Amino acid sequence: MQANRMVIIGATSAIATELGRIYATKRWEIYLLARSPEKLKILEDDLKARGAVATHSRCFDFAHRGNYQGIVDWASQGGCIDLLLIAHGVLGDQKASEESNELALQDFEVNFLSYMCLLNSFSKNMESKKKGTIAVISSVAGDRGRQSNYFYGTAKGAITIFCEGLRNRLFKSNVHVLTVKPGFVKTPMTAHIKQGPLFVEPHKIAEDISRAVERKKNQVYTPWFWWIIMTIIKMIPEPILKRLKL
Amino acid sequence: MSANTHYLSWGRAHRFEHKPHKLAWRDSIELSNLSEPMLVQGLGRSYGDCCLNGSGTLLLSKELDHMIAFNPDTGILDCEAGVSLDSVLKLIVPHAYFLPVSPGTKYVSVGGAIANDVHGKNHHVAGTFGKHVLGLKLLRSNGELLTCSADENQDLFAASIGGMGLTGLIVSAKIKLKKALPVIDQEIIKFNSLSELQEIENASQSRYEYTVSWIDTLASGKQFGRGLYFRGNHCEHIKKSPQDYLHSNPKLQVFFDAPSFVLSEFSIKLFNSVLFHKQRQEKKLETVPYDPFFYPLDAVKSWNRLYGKQGLYQYQFVVPCDSLDFMGDILKFLQKSHQASFLTVLKKFGSITSPGLMSFPKEGWTLALDFPNRGTATLKVLSDLDRMVSDLKGRLYSAKDGHMPASMYQSSYPKLEDFSKLVDPKFSSNFWRRVNASK
Repeated sequence: MQANRMVIIGATSAIATELGRIYATKRWEIYLLARSPEKLKILEDDLKARGAVATHSRCFDFAHRGNYQGIVDWASQGGCIDLLLIAHGVLGDQKASEESNELALQDFEVNFLSYMCLLNSFSKNMESKKKGTIAVISSVAGDRGRQSNYFYGTAKGAITIFCEGLRNRLFKSNVHVLTVKPGFVKTPMTAHIKQGPLFVEPHKIAEDISRAVERKKNQVYTPWFWWIIMTIIKMIPEPILKRLKL
Repeated sequence: MSANTHYLSWGRAHRFEHKPHKLAWRDSIELSNLSEPMLVQGLGRSYGDCCLNGSGTLLLSKELDHMIAFNPDTGILDCEAGVSLDSVLKLIVPHAYFLPVSPGTKYVSVGGAIANDVHGKNHHVAGTFGKHVLGLKLLRSNGELLTCSADENQDLFAASIGGMGLTGLIVSAKIKLKKALPVIDQEIIKFNSLSELQEIENASQSRYEYTVSWIDTLASGKQFGRGLYFRGNHCEHIKKSPQDYLHSNPKLQVFFDAPSFVLSEFSIKLFNSVLFHKQRQEKKLETVPYDPFFYPLDAVKSWNRLYGKQGLYQYQFVVPCDSLDFMGDILKFLQKSHQASFLTVLKKFGSITSPGLMSFPKEGWTLALDFPNRGTATLKVLSDLDRMVSDLKGRLYSAKDGHMPASMYQSSYPKLEDFSKLVDPKFSSNFWRRVNASK
């Protein structure tokens, strides 16, 4: 029997690593895509030791537009994709983006445009196979614009809307789309921020994602309490919100 | 860099400001541009101050947690130093392998287990954790990455096992696992005196792989020296697959620092009495999964917060005695001092020596006590105990120590001088500065 196949885009991110480990334990075959070949090698060894039946890796830098269809062809060769995780991204510097359109565009390329192109290319493949789940890392930051990080938030919000549309389109083809909205996670991406009690370990996020994949959820806030926080924040009327320091 | 810069050890009685530096990918660790002194901290489970480096750089190895290779045919695991024993068990138990040596918690890193050369209930047959390390990669502050083993860089290998992280950064290690099923045939035997304990001990050493006893330090009069003796062996047959006995994450957690009356002399006395009387029969036989047998305290996350804001002092010593005669004096002293120890564990170490220069265990009896930190009163008891231990030619365990005077350390670890020459010049810790103070 052929092993289940998982494809991880942005494989060296902390959340992706932990999710990969969960599926390695389940003896899946794992395709990894990330920027650094050295890190990919470390990750491949890790996942193989933990039980992955096979691993494959490929380097790609999402700061530059490239051959997205080539990625799909590589990741779907000789089989079909059971789970696709898209998890790459940069947190970006809000203040620097306000000063420079070039920088803002660069981050938007990584955080949204590459997602759009990848989802576009992968969805055609998975639609034709009529199976699989696409899990996409969005963020609670995409639920509402805030002065402290609306460049990042815009990209994440765009992902959320794009995924809604895609979910709607792929429903009839039996391909499921899961939007993941993590809160604060203790990762290298957030290492420079003061970490309060709301910060959780990446493996907790990964466990929530794997459960949401199993239960075919459309959207998951992780940890769960962000659902409450964001519901409240979304209810704040704009005339009040614009006066707040968020 | 993280903005939380206060780090404390598991005992929570020591807390210092640090310059934290996260490690994550073993191919790109750069020590040369970090400020000295530096020290690595894994999961911070050492009780005292050997995992702290106040005002210095603290290298955090928690994310240096990649497996490198695991061969289920040979039972050899190669992994990064930040991998926890918890993750190791999740990987190896389904393959019917087990840790060659298990400390009292699975939430320690492989690097920490080596640096403290931890021991377990099977010391009399398996020695220390370091005995099962086939080799390690050590990164020195000058940028050299050295492979250390019994055949290569032997001196640094010996210094790093039990070397308290002072010889440089242990990046990864190869460990020889043991083929064993994850279920234990356990016997719990009540003893009512120290002489009964001695008898059971003599009868158990050769027949049981795991032995340990818990002793009720507050029981006096006729009950003086009572306790429970635990012994066990791995089962040879199990009904289900090993995977089915895999442990789960803790479901209970202490969320706040408990007020001091929670662990008062009265409550400790009550707790120990309940523990003793909970078992009705003189001898209880049962088959238990490995998790409650080896790691009972892991069931409650952050249990150390029960000791309140002041934290606790652990005190573990070994004395090179075959007989238990010394224990009478220790127990009497503890009762007189009114500094009650919550969980007191006694174990007979065997004669297997560790490859480590600074390894704690040696043949004889070891006793582990824990004291809620009541400031000077507690420290006074510890120094009185120091005197008794020194008279018996014993020594203290650095992984648990938070108070030992420099003179005691220097006189009880004979290989200290050889070790000091191998310490990385840019590495240090609060413990190391303390025990080298008045040299």
